Amino acid sequence: MGVGIEVNGLNAWYGTNHTLLDITLHIPANEATALIGPSGCGKSTFVRCLNRMHETNPIAKVTGEVKVGGVDIYNDTTAVEVRRRIGMVFQRPNPFPTMSIYDNVASGLKLNGYRNRRVLDEVVQRSLQNAALWDEVKDDLKKKSGASLSGGQQQRLCIARALAVDPEVLLMDEPASALDPVSTAKIEDLIFQLKSQYTIVIVTHNMQQAARVAERTGFFLNGRLIEFDSTHKIFTNPSDKRTEDYITGRFG
Amino acid sequence: MADSTFRWLMLLCALSIFGIVALIATELVTHCDITLKKFGLKFFLGSAWNPVNNDFGALPFVCGTLVSSLISLILAVPLAVGVAIFLTEMCPRALRGALSFLTELLAAIPSVVYGLWAIFVLVPLLRGYVDPVLIKLLGWTGFFTQPDFGIGMFAAGVILAIMILPIISSLTREVMTAVPHTQREAVLALGATRWEMIRMGVLRNARIGIVGSIILGLGRALGETMAVAMVIGSSPTITKSLLAPAATMASVIANEFAEASDDTYRSALIEIGLALFIVTIIVNMFARLLVWAVTRGAPARAT
Amino acid sequence: MATMASPLKKSRLNHHWRWFANHLASVLAVLATILVIAPLVAIFIDLVYKGASSLNWNFFTRLPAPVGEPGGGMANAIVGSAVLLGLASLIGIPIGIAAGIYLSEYGRGTRLSNLVRFTADVLNGVPSIVMGIAVYALIVVPTKTFSAMAGGTALGIMMIPTVARTSEEMLLMVPHSIREAALGLGVPTWRSVLSITLKTAMPGVITGCMLAFARVAGETAPLLFTALGNDFWSTRLNQPIEALPLQIYVYALGPYDEWHRLAWAGSLVLIVLIVVSVALVRYVTSRGVLKGAS
Repeated sequence: MGVGIEVNGLNAWYGTNHTLLDITLHIPANEATALIGPSGCGKSTFVRCLNRMHETNPIAKVTGEVKVGGVDIYNDTTAVEVRRRIGMVFQRPNPFPTMSIYDNVASGLKLNGYRNRRVLDEVVQRSLQNAALWDEVKDDLKKKSGASLSGGQQQRLCIARALAVDPEVLLMDEPASALDPVSTAKIEDLIFQLKSQYTIVIVTHNMQQAARVAERTGFFLNGRLIEFDSTHKIFTNPSDKRTEDYITGRFG
Repeated sequence: MADSTFRWLMLLCALSIFGIVALIATELVTHCDITLKKFGLKFFLGSAWNPVNNDFGALPFVCGTLVSSLISLILAVPLAVGVAIFLTEMCPRALRGALSFLTELLAAIPSVVYGLWAIFVLVPLLRGYVDPVLIKLLGWTGFFTQPDFGIGMFAAGVILAIMILPIISSLTREVMTAVPHTQREAVLALGATRWEMIRMGVLRNARIGIVGSIILGLGRALGETMAVAMVIGSSPTITKSLLAPAATMASVIANEFAEASDDTYRSALIEIGLALFIVTIIVNMFARLLVWAVTRGAPARAT
Repeated sequence: MATMASPLKKSRLNHHWRWFANHLASVLAVLATILVIAPLVAIFIDLVYKGASSLNWNFFTRLPAPVGEPGGGMANAIVGSAVLLGLASLIGIPIGIAAGIYLSEYGRGTRLSNLVRFTADVLNGVPSIVMGIAVYALIVVPTKTFSAMAGGTALGIMMIPTVARTSEEMLLMVPHSIREAALGLGVPTWRSVLSITLKTAMPGVITGCMLAFARVAGETAPLLFTALGNDFWSTRLNQPIEALPLQIYVYALGPYDEWHRLAWAGSLVLIVLIVVSVALVRYVTSRGVLKGAS
């Protein structure tokens, strides 16, 4: 089951560049939350703060509080544990090219010490089914390498890989931006189905996508969270003028 | 008119590279014809090296080259890969420049200086502190037995290891850096520790190139002459103990060529040189192809 | 839609092992680095400690003293090395740069230039003693004498692949706009290549040559049976000649302490030359001091 995310006064820097300013919001459990905004507004940085990937950059700095399922991810637990429980799918699919499809999906499990063949088989199958990829690859699991699939399939493979370690939250940083429309539609269907089991946060520059899949939407601009409300309200009757300008395409 | 002449001139100079290879090959082949005819390929299987009665067998030197290179690889590879991992993934940025400069310096020290240091510093150190331990712990294997003069196969292997370290390390660093950052992130996002990220996200992707850099190091070890000639003891024999003096293909040429009095003797040495030439060319070609496969022909350093 | 009953139970044992492995890896990597830097530091300290004391006026001006007697120097070796390196540079640098020019300006991307580049890299891995034998056969045998000519040729041929590769790298860094500007002025290609492209890349090309120079300066093996060595003053090209690394080799293996001290001193001289070149090359290539390659 998914959990909720509480963000309080989050600030982030890249060196001297203050990329996120005082972000506070509550992301509900078992829902899809979309984050929109023009390029460089900080939405990707924000999402990377949620699974502590932001700090992998040596000049990055974070202050503030992020609680996932009640756990302060910066002070009460390790980054390794956080990243296992909060999965991430990246903009460009990044399957492991030296591993088979099976090994790609199982990689997270193997890291956690699971070697039992049957457990692995079971989890790999379930993850691929949840990622709507099982039927396409079930005959080639160990024969094909992760990189030999098409772009859309690779991204679903990455989703399966992330799901295999049983996270509670799934972060998706513009997961379909490098994909064709058919694959994009498949990913969006997937998000719809995954919502019931996970909390999903999706960064997108495609407003129609946000409208299609998310219950809530947050609008970022210049490192600040301008507005955060139900998707319906954001797109039909935004409270802030800047939100309205962005929605109607006056900039970005 | 001047343009095409200029172009031809430049082309000729570029083709000189092939000319050099051809030159070496022809000179070597034509000047070892005596022993080529006399012994044929059995030259490399015979273990008697007897300049006095013109009986030449190069097996001791082939063994010496192989064993010393093997020792150097066993010692150098873990260290070189370890340094590469440290410099690429773990080292604080401030230190990186200084440390990589130092490893580059290691590559630039001439062989004869390594040899000098080995004779007067390394060998006494080995004989005094390391060899006794080896004899005590591993003497039962037969590889480390008395008498121990310090100079010998093991000492040569150690100084060789120090010499091939930089090339393995710098190439490993190159192929590790060539692994895209997205692969590292993918592993981290699954909840991996840093070492697991290095293992699964970097080393695994770079492994072909790392193998290539190791083979390149092997190529250097096979042909290394001066330092080896100075510490291996120049004994054309095959002994089980690594602490005994020995000789390699390169070291015997260096040590005996100037005194080679007659044509057969010289021809034997030149034939060894020819074998060295062919082997190092093949090994280097193979290694360069592997490294190229990973870095996709990005200008490889002319090391 | 398959639901997930979580098979993941937190195994405390595995958890601890992973952290242990992580720390162990870090420790081992640091250890490896220390073990690698240690001999380097040791060599440098020994060189300075053992060699600096012998670096006096005598060292640079006197010939070796009669066997083992103090007060001698390596003057003839230094001069000999200078002669050999001068000869080598005359052969290696022009041909090497020309080859680099071809690779960068005329043959870029062609099969031929890829093959040349590959061959040059492979050649760099061939033991230098093999080069010595080849030049021995080529020059010493027909002229029936060891000579500076032979030694210089061997070193020069060794320089060609290195100089070619570094020159090519530096020339490739010159931005296209500069070449186009020259062509736009109606300058013939050969002129533009020499006076404009090469000139722009000159600092980098020069330091590349310095690197090749420093490398062959320390080479002993190819000189063993070409230049041979000479205990007396000699700069004649058709006679054997002494060289610094050769002398170091002989002295290191000799029985006299005095010889050993001179060997350390000579090595120190060599190392200083090499460290300066390596540092210079790093400076030029990292700071982009190349004019126009901003």
